[in-house]
Amino acid sequence: MSQSPAELRYVSSHEWVRVEDDGTATIGITNHAQEALGDVVFVELPELGAQLGAGDEAGVVESVKAASDIYAPLGGEIIAINENLEDSPEVINEDPYGDGWFFKMRLDDASSVNDLLTAEQYDASCEA
Amino acid sequence: MSLKSVSLESLHQTLGAKLVPFAGYNMPVQYPTGIIKEHVHTRTAAGLFDVSHMGQVVVSGDGVVAALEALMPADLEGLGINAQTYSLLTNAAGGVIDDLIVTRWADDEFMLVINAGCKDKDLEHLRAHLSTVTLEVLDQHSLLALQGPKARAVMNELIPETKGLVFMTGTPAEFEGTQVYVTCSGYTGEDGFEISVPNSQVEALAQKLLAHKDVLPIGLGARDSLRLEAGLCLYGHELAEDISPIQAGLKWAIAKARRPEGARAGGYLGSDIIESQWTGGADTMRVGLKVLGKRPVREGAALFDAEQRPIGTVCSGGFGATLEQPVAMAYIKAESAALGTALVADVRGKLVDVEVAKTPFVAQRYFRG
Repeated sequence: MSQSPAELRYVSSHEWVRVEDDGTATIGITNHAQEALGDVVFVELPELGAQLGAGDEAGVVESVKAASDIYAPLGGEIIAINENLEDSPEVINEDPYGDGWFFKMRLDDASSVNDLLTAEQYDASCEA
Repeated sequence: MSLKSVSLESLHQTLGAKLVPFAGYNMPVQYPTGIIKEHVHTRTAAGLFDVSHMGQVVVSGDGVVAALEALMPADLEGLGINAQTYSLLTNAAGGVIDDLIVTRWADDEFMLVINAGCKDKDLEHLRAHLSTVTLEVLDQHSLLALQGPKARAVMNELIPETKGLVFMTGTPAEFEGTQVYVTCSGYTGEDGFEISVPNSQVEALAQKLLAHKDVLPIGLGARDSLRLEAGLCLYGHELAEDISPIQAGLKWAIAKARRPEGARAGGYLGSDIIESQWTGGADTMRVGLKVLGKRPVREGAALFDAEQRPIGTVCSGGFGATLEQPVAMAYIKAESAALGTALVADVRGKLVDVEVAKTPFVAQRYFRG
């Protein structure tokens, strides 16, 4: 199985988190998740400005086969959503760590990202 | 219960298929191509499906026509040799035990193709009612389907006996010295063929077909979305023991000779109940649903009319890759079933607008000569 990018952090519910230079966090779903889902046909994104706690539902991703909830990996405010996904949900399959990002958050506690899984830990959790 | 394997299982694995349990078999749900591209490829070129999980049963002997006609509303007496018909194994309550394709191989010999998930109960039912004729399960045969607008050219090249073969007819043929039986049929809405081939030769045939530039292997995921777009019923979704053919919108599957006032009207299990619905209709019926917006509406979603009254349930729902839109079929109260009626589906708490629409959603393109 492919290795997840080492520079990202992960949640066992298959979201990835990238902390940007300005301290905000970008969130998407992992390559493992998009492969398991198959062709994505619909995405529901959170509302801009929403305050979410870690583990709160932040949206839905639906593939040809199934619907799956997306969770906020950490607490914070939604400051951007990837509106391009509404018309082109297939980019989640094509580029899950790039153009397929879901939303950006201003974290309540930027250091909390260190509590998330490393790539190695996440890959191990997928194999279990 | 351990999963059964089809003869092509190792080929599916080599091709990178994702194998999942389906009706007791380990079957390819998709290949690396992915369901949407597999679906579109079948509509634009040719797709190869392994449907060897389905049951192939040969019923023969004196009196076989009458014996089979007592179990299904088909006109088998009027069916020509090498012609086939879609029919239904009905039960005494007017429901459906299974839907099937029946091909006449000879005057007193018929081949039935039955659903994998219904195989055991079908065979029990057939054996119980067909004690005077011979019943043979062709478990040493696989079944491949080649479907799509380029299927004909591919097949004509490989098996010349298929030239000119029209929808719902078949022919014995030869593939590399082996006897096969090819029909012009399928379950995608496209022109195409199904080939019954000995297990020992199925891989050679599949490899030969896959070597053609226009052919890709297609999994059960796309098979489901293709049949849904074509408005075709799938047992366990649109068809069940407690759903009548009238409710399912399958009046056309009741042969003229077997309809009220037909030459051999009734005479199949449950015909009294089915006939009582013939003119009056049923209180619930199957409809197509056009989904407004992009959120898929799936099986089990509850449906409501404009006054928020519950009126039915979605029986199949998914993404119609040709239409690039979600599509669904549902059972709803007859009074809400007029084309264009606006309804609302409850999709896990989100309300989605849908509209009663005619099926098929995508025009069927069968070759009728």
